[in-house]
Amino acid sequence: MHIRHPKDFLTGILFILFGAAAMAFATEYPIGSAAKMGPGYFPFALGGVLVLLGLAVLARSLLWASGANGWPTLRLLPVTLVLSSVVLFGLLLRPLGLVGATLVLVLICSRASSEFRWKEAVLNAGVLTLIVWVVFVYFLEFPVPVWPAWLARTFQELFSARPA
Amino acid sequence: MDLLANLALGFQTAVSPMNLVYCLAGALIGTLIGVLPGIGPVQTLAILMPTTFTLPPVSALIMLSGIYYGAQYGGSTTSILVNVPGEASSVVTCLDGYQMALQGRAGAALTVSALGSFFAGCFATLVLAVLAVPLAEVAFKFGPAEYFSLMVFGLIGSIVLASGSTIKAVGMIILGLLLGMVGTDVTSGAQRFAFGIPELADGIGFVSLAMGLFGICDIINSLEKQEKRDILRSTFSRLWLTRRELKDSAPAVLRGTLCGSLLGILPGGGAILSSFTAYMLEKKTSRNPESFGKGNIRGVAAPEAANNAAAQTSFVPLLTLGIPPNVVLAMMAGAMMIHGVQPGPRVITSNPELFWGVIVSMWVGNVMLVLLNLPLIGIWVRLLSIPFRLLYPAILIFCSIGLYSVNNNTFDIGLTALCGLLGYIFHKLECEPAPLILGFILGPMMEENLRRCLLLARGDVSVFFTRPLSLAFLVLAAALLVVVALPAIRRGREKAFQES
Repeated sequence: MHIRHPKDFLTGILFILFGAAAMAFATEYPIGSAAKMGPGYFPFALGGVLVLLGLAVLARSLLWASGANGWPTLRLLPVTLVLSSVVLFGLLLRPLGLVGATLVLVLICSRASSEFRWKEAVLNAGVLTLIVWVVFVYFLEFPVPVWPAWLARTFQELFSARPA
Repeated sequence: MDLLANLALGFQTAVSPMNLVYCLAGALIGTLIGVLPGIGPVQTLAILMPTTFTLPPVSALIMLSGIYYGAQYGGSTTSILVNVPGEASSVVTCLDGYQMALQGRAGAALTVSALGSFFAGCFATLVLAVLAVPLAEVAFKFGPAEYFSLMVFGLIGSIVLASGSTIKAVGMIILGLLLGMVGTDVTSGAQRFAFGIPELADGIGFVSLAMGLFGICDIINSLEKQEKRDILRSTFSRLWLTRRELKDSAPAVLRGTLCGSLLGILPGGGAILSSFTAYMLEKKTSRNPESFGKGNIRGVAAPEAANNAAAQTSFVPLLTLGIPPNVVLAMMAGAMMIHGVQPGPRVITSNPELFWGVIVSMWVGNVMLVLLNLPLIGIWVRLLSIPFRLLYPAILIFCSIGLYSVNNNTFDIGLTALCGLLGYIFHKLECEPAPLILGFILGPMMEENLRRCLLLARGDVSVFFTRPLSLAFLVLAAALLVVVALPAIRRGREKAFQES
C-alpha cells in the first residue's frame, strides 16, 4: 500500500498507540457504569475516541490524501543536544552543584547551534554561570548545593583548619 | 455604582507598592523575553511561570498578567523592527509594520502600536469589568450538563485557530484530556497512569508540560531552522506621529479595539483571530486597499489595538466561566490553579480583591508599558542584536533552574525534557500543541462534570440534549466543527496561515 501522507500516517499510528495504551491501562481501574463512573470510565472512553481518530487519520493518509507530502526531515543534533543537556542538568544538579551543572548545560547545549565556536561558548558559559550564581545563590539564596559535596567539604576543612 | 466600588477595591489591591513592583517587574521581564524573536507570550509565560510561585496569589497573577502584556508588546516590537513575529498574533503587524520600518518610520509604527494597545487595553479592561459580574451570575445557574457542553464548545472553538487538519486537532485535544487524567482521581482517590511514580501522584506538572511543549521545543525548532536574521539598524529619531498619521490611525485604533473586544470573548477567539480580522476589516473598508502591506499605518494601528483588546477581554470567559478561550489563557488558568485559585464564577465572590485587583492591574500594566517601553525601545533594539546562539543557553539554564524551584526536585526537569521531545515529535508531524494544552487544563473539570451530570441523570445521556442551554452549546460546537472542516473554509484558513 502506498503512503500518500507520511506525516499523517505517523500521526495516526501515534494516536492509535496512545489511545490503545490509555484503554489498556484504564481497564486496570474500576470502570463502573455511566450512572456511577469509576476512575477508569472516562479515560477508557477517551482512549477509544483517540483510537478511532487515529484510524481515521491513518486511513486518510493511505487512501485519499493528496498533494506533495514528504517524510518529516530530522536534524538530530539540536534535539539530542538540547534535551540531553537539560536532562544532564537535572541529574548533575545535586552531585555536582549548581555551578558545575550550569557549566555542563551551557557547554553541551551551545554545541547545538550551527554557529558554534568553542571560545565563545566557554566565555558564554562562564558569564552565565556568574549570573546564575549572583541571581540564585547570592540574591535569592536558592536552596540547592552550589559546589560538589567533596569540594565543599575541602573548603570547610581548609577554613576550619585555619587558625582563628 | 457597584462597578465603581469594585474598581476602587481593585485599585487598592493593584496600587499597593508591592503589587506595583510586581506589575512593573512582570511587564519589564515580559517585554525582555517577548522581544526575543520566535518567543511569544505563551513561551514567555511558560518560561517565567516558576518565578511567580513564591509570591502570594494576587501578586503572582498580577505579575503574570504583566508578563503577558509585556510579551505581547515585545512581540510587536520584533515584528516591526526585524520582521520576525514573536507570536502568531503579531504576524499581521509584520505586514505593514516592517515596511514602515524599512521606510524609516519605525518610530511611528512603534508609537502607534504602543498607544493603540494602550487605548485598547483601557477600553477592554472596562468591558471586562462591566461584563464579568452579570456573566458570572449566569454561570452560577449552570448545572454540570451545561458546563460539560460549554467545555466541549470551548475545546472545539480552540481548533478554529489550529492550522492544518481538523481531525488531528481533535486528536490533540483528546490527548490533552488524557494527559490531564494522570495522577490522583479526585472522586475515587485512585491513582491513574502514575505507574507507581510518586512524583506523578499530583498529575503531570503544568509547568513541565507547557515549558516542554513551548519553551524547549521552540528552541530546538529555531536551532534546526538555522535562520539568519538581518538586524535592521534603521534609525528612528522621531517617535512621534505626524498629524496625518494621527488622523489616519485614530479611527483604525477605535475599530480595532471594538473588533478585538468582541472577538476576544468568544471561545477560540483571542489575540490571533482578532488581529487577522481587524486587518482584513481595515483593508476592506479602505479607499485604497493596495497601500496595505506597503507601510500603511492603519495596518499597524488596527491589529495592534485589536490583539491587545482581545488579550484582555479573553479573560472574561476564564474568570467568569472558568473556560480558557485560548492557549495563553490556558497558561493563566494553569498558573491560577497552581496558586490554589480555581478559575470560574466563584472567583468574583470568594476572592473579590484578587479578581478586581487583577483587572485593575491590567490597566496599570498598560500604563507602565507606555511609560516605560517607549523610552526603553533603544534597549530592546540592542537586545535584538544579541545572537541567538548566546541567548538560548541562557533561556535553557533559567528554565531548568526555574523547574527545579517548583518542587525542589529534579524529576520535573526530566519530565520537561520528555515533554520537549513529545513537542518536537508533534512539530514534525504537524500537530499543533495548543489544543492539547487546553484539553489538559479542562480534562479534570470535564470529567467531574460529566460524572456528576450522569449520576444525577442516572446514566441517561439524553440529559445533554434535553436541557436547552446544554443543547445550544452542543449544537454550536457541532456547527463550528462542520464549518472548520468545510473544504472552502479550510482553504481560506490555510491561505491565511500561509500568508503569515
